[in-house]
Amino acid sequence: MPFKLRLSRRELVCQQAVELVTDYLERSLSRADRRRFEAHLAGCPHCTEYLAQMRATIELTGSLSADDLPEPVQDEFIDLYRRWQADRDAGGEAGGAPPG
Amino acid sequence: MARDDEDAELLARLRAGDEQAFVILVRRHHAAMLRLARGYVPSMAVAEEVVQDTWLGVLRGIAGFEGRSSVRTWLLRILVNRARTAGTRERRSVAIGHAEAAVDGSRFDETGHWAQPPEHWVEDADSRLDAAKLADRLRSAIDDLPGRQREVVTLRDIEGLTSEEVCSVLDISEGNQRVLLHRGRSRLRQVLETEFGRA
Repeated sequence: MPFKLRLSRRELVCQQAVELVTDYLERSLSRADRRRFEAHLAGCPHCTEYLAQMRATIELTGSLSADDLPEPVQDEFIDLYRRWQADRDAGGEAGGAPPG
Repeated sequence: MARDDEDAELLARLRAGDEQAFVILVRRHHAAMLRLARGYVPSMAVAEEVVQDTWLGVLRGIAGFEGRSSVRTWLLRILVNRARTAGTRERRSVAIGHAEAAVDGSRFDETGHWAQPPEHWVEDADSRLDAAKLADRLRSAIDDLPGRQREVVTLRDIEGLTSEEVCSVLDISEGNQRVLLHRGRSRLRQVLETEFGRA
């Protein structure tokens, strides 16, 4: 990992703790680092608030609905499909996607 | 039915020549594809071309889809490959650049403890800001993120892909994915804090 905080054996300070939030939420901290992170939170209301805000941010981002497809765009894709079908039926079959 | 299963069923219908299934698939994935393509190319018009080109590639390559990945991961991988070829921004290094702090260093004292702690807003987020306004602000904050951060945050937090899927779509390591996610989310949190501070 190219960007990593060097954690000493001492207690975490807030400035280090905020950098560990994503690793914590992703469950990618080592067991020892996780314990130290949680120990820091237990004694630090500001970092506890910070973690809650990161969770709220993720939730708010997740509530953004994908934009709906406007009608004219939808028509373009129906056109695309029909052109492809006509092309296929005429025997042209180049440029496909790789297997997935 | 789970989203991935629905996609697989639509793809099977499409394979059987069902035009409606194609339209539904496009509807389901268009916005995500467009947003993702936009990160690689200089304009929305080019992004739209890339998305169209991707769907054409999907139609032509549909027989080759073996279901080893989800339909969505397959679609987005094709898209990213095409967007990288089409884009002028595709040469952007995969390197993630200099360390960027989650929170501005000026908010901590010399011992690394909060000097200006985060302002409380979580519980009353709903009552303090109009939901539509908040969504607009958040959307523009996501648009303003550096390309790779925007891609990872969009795919993970809006589209709901798993970290493995994101790594596969963008062809990046788990470690890079986490760093980009961390920076992107941290920036969005800061934007929200500022926004709520104003409200």
